[in-house]
Amino acid sequence: MKFKKTLVAMTILLAGSAMADVNVGVSIALTGPGSGLGIPMQNQFKLFPKTIAGEKINLIILDDATDPGKGVTNARRFLTEDKVDIIIGSCITATSAAMAPVIAEGKTVQLSAAPVGVPPGQDHWLFRLPQGFGVMAHPIIEHMVKSGVKTVGFLGYTDAYGELWLKELEARAAKAGIKVVAVERFARTDTSATPQALKLVSANPDAMLVVASGSGAAMPHKALIERGYKGKVYQTHAAATPDLVRIGGKDVEGAYVVSGPAVVAEQLPDSHPSKKASIDFVTKYEALMGAGQRNQFAGHAYDAAIVLEKVLPGALKKAKPGTPEFRAALRDGIETMGRTIFSHGVMNWTKDDHWGYTDETGVLMKVVGGKFVVEK
Amino acid sequence: MDFSIASILALDGLTNGAIYALLALATVLVFAVTRVIFIPQGEFVAFGALTLALLQAGKVPGTVWFLLVLAGAVAVSDVWNGVRLQHGAGRIARTVLRTLAYPVAISLVAFWAAPRGLPLVAQALLTLALVTPFGTLIYRLAYESLADATVLVLLIVSVGVHFALVGLGLYFFGAEGFRNPSFWDARFSIGPVTLSGQTVIIFFASIALIIALWLFFERSLYGKALRATAVNRLGARLMGISTIGAGRLSFTMAAFIGALSGLLIGPTTTVFYDTGFLIGLKGFVAAVFAGLSSYPLALVGALGVGLLESFGSFWASAFKEVIVFSAILPVLLWRSLRDPHSEEH
Repeated sequence: MKFKKTLVAMTILLAGSAMADVNVGVSIALTGPGSGLGIPMQNQFKLFPKTIAGEKINLIILDDATDPGKGVTNARRFLTEDKVDIIIGSCITATSAAMAPVIAEGKTVQLSAAPVGVPPGQDHWLFRLPQGFGVMAHPIIEHMVKSGVKTVGFLGYTDAYGELWLKELEARAAKAGIKVVAVERFARTDTSATPQALKLVSANPDAMLVVASGSGAAMPHKALIERGYKGKVYQTHAAATPDLVRIGGKDVEGAYVVSGPAVVAEQLPDSHPSKKASIDFVTKYEALMGAGQRNQFAGHAYDAAIVLEKVLPGALKKAKPGTPEFRAALRDGIETMGRTIFSHGVMNWTKDDHWGYTDETGVLMKVVGGKFVVEK
Repeated sequence: MDFSIASILALDGLTNGAIYALLALATVLVFAVTRVIFIPQGEFVAFGALTLALLQAGKVPGTVWFLLVLAGAVAVSDVWNGVRLQHGAGRIARTVLRTLAYPVAISLVAFWAAPRGLPLVAQALLTLALVTPFGTLIYRLAYESLADATVLVLLIVSVGVHFALVGLGLYFFGAEGFRNPSFWDARFSIGPVTLSGQTVIIFFASIALIIALWLFFERSLYGKALRATAVNRLGARLMGISTIGAGRLSFTMAAFIGALSGLLIGPTTTVFYDTGFLIGLKGFVAAVFAGLSSYPLALVGALGVGLLESFGSFWASAFKEVIVFSAILPVLLWRSLRDPHSEEH
């Protein structure tokens, strides 16, 4: 009889404490074309803290199969069945964008690992973990000013990636007194950028910005060099992969490439605020996954834990987990948490800015001897 | 724009145009013989270039496994057909053996050769030998039982095959692209234009292939049989020409031309798993210019597309694709005015 009573008491106790746990819903792409982004995040979540501020953290990880519809279903499940306090995901822009209105309706914070372009004002519950384009353009423009660049040519994708970069470049270059003298476009599937390179080289700007991703960034770069361009060539953060050097070979030697700090941790100058966090992330992740496995998206998952560690204690003082008040307190906490060091840079979310990274974030690297070397 | 810029643009346009010409010829060939609008033609380009890239890296390309799986699937369908038509066991075994022999043999060669780092030319030949059988196998698996269906049904199948091949390409080769080493590193300067050895190879290979095709269709019995099938399938069959054999042959040739184009284009640009589609589409535009029937016109159309693309990207690079694909509209208008449409099956 006594045993039974103890059992009942324990169950009640357990149920009671389970109620108080903080539930975190994670919806990322573990299958489908976006799985290359979601799987590193899932790996990093294995290292997610088990308790924060004395509260047990329950991670509920669901696969959205790179499908916006599935993402919305996951979001609904999080809100209605799992009664989560915060949602992380997705790593795919289209999926994140589809989930946003549903999550906002459920009055829950969404930490998106993809750069979602919801206009300011409509992103009340939405905070982004990746860097925006302006933050990445900052070190490029800064370097151009420092090295006396007065004119710049633009050779970029015809898609949204190229468009957003062009907008940032034009705005920031104008402020810095640099003239954009030629704008040429190409498509990812093009087999030749010779005509564009001809036109750009004949405009003879002091520097060129090539906006393309991965190994695709090598072809336009080579076209410029083959047409005899001798000035500085800059590349964006999507090109900051070993593929650029693998395909580009000696033609990309001396190119400047901007990157987030997380993936070049060891090389960061000691003055870079993210150095400690980046090294911590890279060491732990590569201890789990093997050397050389560091990855932009695993870094976002790492940063999500930093956010929770910073805002949970404050929110716990205001309300109990699982209540709408708690979720609202989390949101307010994130918005007012102030300057916070991420592995990916320095974050400062404010009421009007849910992108939040400061200009201290981006790192400019130079290709030297087939390796990326941080440019100081 | 002065003469030197114009000549550089013209050379760039003609180089790309030569590749489009090869694909346009293959598209015309396949359509004329089988009435299949072969959208996946470009996928052979990517398969060719990327198979060579992986051989260069000393790995066994995924295409080898795919070849074995496809050959296996076709062998299963052979058995099924044999049982359904109540052939004897010996006859079924012979058919299966004929289906499997070449793919298995060439796969074994690939397994042996991949880690050995053979010279580039040997690897290129191996690539051609690996990708070419895909033509027959895909035809047998996807199209052969539908040989008498309408053009629309065959087109729908083509779309399906295209998506399947692109997806498999992503699986085999990964999302990042490769650039192959050049077959000939020489450089020649003619005035303002620098001609690279690879460009010369592209021109010579294209011209040689076009002449070879012409000889094949004009002089050889097989070529004449293909032409007869193209003119009238039923008539050809009544004359004892195997239309099934003609279909298989034309697809094999298309796969060979596609793989060759991939080898030619690989050193001049970065090839991704999905690069082939747009290249194939431009070849298709050229083929439409030729009414999907005339080889010389397809060549002219392809060079035109190449030049249009090159000058278009100089003048208005953001609208280049729009310019190239809009060019099909006046061509269609001209074609429909020249030979009024008549239903024929």
